[in-house]
Amino acid sequence: MSVGIVSYGAYIPRYRIKVEDIARVWGDDADILIAGLMVNEKSVPDLDEDTATIAVEAARSAIVRCGIDPQRIGAVYTGSESHPYAVKPTSTIVAEAIGATPVMTAADFEFACKAGTAAIQACMGLVGSDMVDLGLAIGADVSQGAPGDALEYTAAAGGVAYLIGKKKSELAAIIEDTYSFTTDIPDFWRREGMPYPEHGGRFTGEPGYFKHVTSAANGLMEKIGTKPSDYDYAVFHQPNGKFPTRVAKMLGFSKEQIKPGLVVPRLGNTYSASCMMGIAATLDQAKPGDRIFATAFGSGAGGDAFSITVTDRIEEIRNGAPTVEDLLKDPIYMDYAMYAKHKGKIKLA
Amino acid sequence: MSVSRFWRKQVNRYNLIGTHCSECDEYYYPPRNMCPTCRRDGKLEPYKFGGGGEIVTYTIIHTAAEGFEHQTPYVLAIVKLDEGPSLTSQIVAKSEEMSIGMRVKPVFRKLGEGSDRGMIYYGTKFIPA
Repeated sequence: MSVGIVSYGAYIPRYRIKVEDIARVWGDDADILIAGLMVNEKSVPDLDEDTATIAVEAARSAIVRCGIDPQRIGAVYTGSESHPYAVKPTSTIVAEAIGATPVMTAADFEFACKAGTAAIQACMGLVGSDMVDLGLAIGADVSQGAPGDALEYTAAAGGVAYLIGKKKSELAAIIEDTYSFTTDIPDFWRREGMPYPEHGGRFTGEPGYFKHVTSAANGLMEKIGTKPSDYDYAVFHQPNGKFPTRVAKMLGFSKEQIKPGLVVPRLGNTYSASCMMGIAATLDQAKPGDRIFATAFGSGAGGDAFSITVTDRIEEIRNGAPTVEDLLKDPIYMDYAMYAKHKGKIKLA
Repeated sequence: MSVSRFWRKQVNRYNLIGTHCSECDEYYYPPRNMCPTCRRDGKLEPYKFGGGGEIVTYTIIHTAAEGFEHQTPYVLAIVKLDEGPSLTSQIVAKSEEMSIGMRVKPVFRKLGEGSDRGMIYYGTKFIPA
């Protein structure tokens, strides 16, 4: 029996900072950065928002969109690299706030930017084996970039939740198959207690992102016998605009196929939510029968590829909650000083 | 607020769960253990509020209590829920957006935190609907 997406919900904080405002502080050339990164601005959490509040809002949106009883959810997994507690699950906060407790399992996932898709795969296994009726997989982050570091131009905030099930009449999209490619590579890390991550600069590109995304994507297409032209849309992890555009070309996907899901220029890199946000933006406009190819990437490193087919049910649930485009509208822009305050970069003695 | 004191009403704060007296059809938030109208004849049951409401009155906080100093200026309001009860809540909005009678809807936010080492308190605030 097929496993798939029963519903999805996204959340993006309203605040934004433009790349040029960050570049002005650090003396960088904004035009070169915008052209190189293909990112114009990024989302910033409010003072009272964190990964848990974002995950809750995304999860509530997924539940409202399809109108299911949250008591049917048997597993809640939240993927993030910025869980508010080092020890205490974000997922129990989410589960309580959506009314899914107490007969359920929950855990937090961490795998840099692909913890959310790892949670989707875990839910697929639980649902497919009839261990749970519905599983909720969330990717949410308020990602960190050290002041003046290259990551500061893109590290953003947002979350996406996917409700995974197997009842045919409830599936808005069928996940035909998934394939992962994983190796141990120190391209990006954050040590316990450290506020900001370290990264291997250009080392994160070829041996990290490109190797794992192409290997996972080619592996899945080879496994199920498909090719890029079989798909209407494609989504790749978007740490910036350049990487997914380049990897799509390497794999044989066109610019038109990735366009609906390429939200990074107006959003930044939402880390665990990045690829999942692209899939959500694509589902927002996909038609029944459309096929979506998606590959998430997480430093450390791994790629999770998915082959998805949209069903007729998408038309019934789509308007039940805000679209990604709705969430990107009407931003409130802030300068670097306010951004620093919101991100806790100003330390008081 | 102590960790245990917050935890006792945590679900109510997360999900706007109060009580409804089926005897007199009155709604209460925060939840009550006894209906103040019906007393011992009251029949109280948990009730999850829809979340919609309107601003009864509001104030702009410029001199805040400990823990909220860096959020100023912020809006504190009395929100009348559609089912009847009123509650005090922070409103996630700029002061110029505020007006009496304005419709609001709930959002899940951090209400505060003990310290860098303490518990983080989550719950419901409101935004313009």
